[in-house]
Amino acid sequence: MTTSNDEKWINKKISRRDMLKLTSIGAAGVAIGASGFGGVMKAMGYDVFEPVADSKTTINKIDFYGRHQSGIITPVQTHIYFASLNVLVTSKQELQELFKKWTPLVVRLMNGELMVDLTTNTRVPTGDTGEAEGLDASNLSITFGVGPSLFEKLGMSHLKPKELEDLPHFPKDQLQEAFTGGDLCIQACADDPQVAFHAVRNLVRAASGKVEIKWSQAGFNSFPATGGTPRNLFAFKDGTVNPSITDAKDLNEVVWVDKGWLKGGSYLVAREIQMHLETWDRTSLKDQEATFGRYRDSGAAFGKTKEFDDFEVEAKDEKGEYIMPDISHVHLARKSGARMLRRSYSYASGVMTNTGAHDAGLLFVSFQKDPAQFTAVQNSLGRMDKMNEYVTHRGSAVFACFPGVQKGSYLGEALFNAL
Amino acid sequence: MKHKSLLSVLVAGGILMAGCGDTEKADQDTTPSTQQEAPAAEEVDLTAELTAYKEFALEQMDQFLLETENFVNLFKAGDMEGAKAAYAPARMYFERSEPIAESFGDLDPRIDGRLADIQEEGKGEEEWTGYHKLEYALWEENTTAGYEAIADQLLADAKELHALVQTVEVTPDLMITGAVDLLNEVSTSKITGEEEIYSHTDLYDFKANIEGAEKIFEILRSKLEAKDKELVATLDEKFKAVDDLLAQHVTANGGYISYEELTEENTKALATAVNQLGEPLSQMGIILE
Repeated sequence: MTTSNDEKWINKKISRRDMLKLTSIGAAGVAIGASGFGGVMKAMGYDVFEPVADSKTTINKIDFYGRHQSGIITPVQTHIYFASLNVLVTSKQELQELFKKWTPLVVRLMNGELMVDLTTNTRVPTGDTGEAEGLDASNLSITFGVGPSLFEKLGMSHLKPKELEDLPHFPKDQLQEAFTGGDLCIQACADDPQVAFHAVRNLVRAASGKVEIKWSQAGFNSFPATGGTPRNLFAFKDGTVNPSITDAKDLNEVVWVDKGWLKGGSYLVAREIQMHLETWDRTSLKDQEATFGRYRDSGAAFGKTKEFDDFEVEAKDEKGEYIMPDISHVHLARKSGARMLRRSYSYASGVMTNTGAHDAGLLFVSFQKDPAQFTAVQNSLGRMDKMNEYVTHRGSAVFACFPGVQKGSYLGEALFNAL
Repeated sequence: MKHKSLLSVLVAGGILMAGCGDTEKADQDTTPSTQQEAPAAEEVDLTAELTAYKEFALEQMDQFLLETENFVNLFKAGDMEGAKAAYAPARMYFERSEPIAESFGDLDPRIDGRLADIQEEGKGEEEWTGYHKLEYALWEENTTAGYEAIADQLLADAKELHALVQTVEVTPDLMITGAVDLLNEVSTSKITGEEEIYSHTDLYDFKANIEGAEKIFEILRSKLEAKDKELVATLDEKFKAVDDLLAQHVTANGGYISYEELTEENTKALATAVNQLGEPLSQMGIILE
């Protein structure tokens, strides 16, 4: 029996004013509606939208429209829900329709609104599942990307950038199919875990029959009250050497793609990294610090006193030994010379059924203008990295994240225009 | 079986039919919606559809009684093979009309209760009756001896159910909720092999649940088409997807392979197809407005 007839919900019903607006939507809106794609989306009311604008009055709100998608250089939120999807659609046109439908829904979610207004018919399920009701926009960002497998599947291999390839096998990788690959990704980040999950849940539901979730991971990040770099589950600061999200020149060098349909977009690398907390926790502080090459408390590199003090990776002490151990994580990563924008989140997902150990670790997420940047770092870490003893890479995926969307356009338009 | 009885739906259905379009603010308290809404003038006329569904359900119940009688006779004659062969097909009539068959509080668990359901209710194994207990005898104990009284009880319960369903009032909510419930049954117990843990004949129940939902869709088809042609096309496509997948598991004699022979890929594919059918199916309520 329905219990949704309370005043709050009733008042959210689609208003007459909304209906009038709908009847005057332009040719673009009509074209979307007339595609024959409807099915469940139409029945659920997902296709009755005009383009939606970023709200100017919403608090804790990240803008959807802009040169770049949100969720890349957006200040890191405290929660992520990351989903890798497989497409069930079999044509480029259906995929294009899906992104056209998704676009206004994404704006509404980021505005902190119900994704779909309630209708007067309480005998059908609601278009929005409702659990974000009463929560604000929570700085929700939603980032879409396409994986290498998508292009062959939909017969558009000629548009696959040559950089977009599954990552090579790295030493000690123990990848599981359950956390690897995907045709599309949705990265939802927010300062509220339920808001992030709600976004993915509803977008996937709105695409029922068009996509299915291949794998997903929830994660969290906690920031000290005084601000600063968050610590991962090994208690070390993670993200210290990131490029500044306000340094446009640096971001152009490190993050943004500058050619082709992906211009203004970025490559997302996701790695599901299990961290063996039990073994880490019985490692002396001295050895833990030598594993990173940084002091745990301050985050400073060996031989330095402050987190952001620059360091010379090859510097040696008076005995001729590396100040920063040459098998430490930071030493090897720095030596690669490659950089990326990291945006990782910790996860704790219960216990490993086979060992009883914590199933916990890091959903590593990085953005770069070329996945080769990630590969360079990972190759440099190679078999040497002292960290290998404490982590196992269980999943891997790479996605090309679209450039930003301008008002009147839709997610991925540049790709579809290039067809 | 389901724990929640649909009786409340049956009773409230007549009131609920009306008044959905009424936006007038009624009592703001937490009173159930059924009491809030004033009867409205425009009522969707589903008389023909309700009659058609009742006819279907009663036919299924007739067959269920006949096939149960046959099964019980074989069982009591100690014909292990005959009883095993009759078990799953007989149950399909029940599963197909489950929205109605399960609406009688006590009878559903007596006929279709699994040991786990009985125990969950704090009852002992001695209170366990019905098809699944005989399933246990046939496949697990490899005997019929000592279970004759249970078999007799099953037939008596089937007769009682048959008599009771004659009086059921079929409502729009019963049909629409029932179709989705049939799919939910598949998603939560058939696809996991938890319905037929001894015989592993879950795919028979699976097929019957889908057929039950499809029947409701077929009866409502013209009303749905008037509201949303694309939804009908989607439902046709999604029912076909599920049916095609199930057809891959049909045996030479027209039955279904054991649940244990399904691979993880098989069950995943079936579960996905059912979920994709469930979303559009849950929209059939649009005809009520």
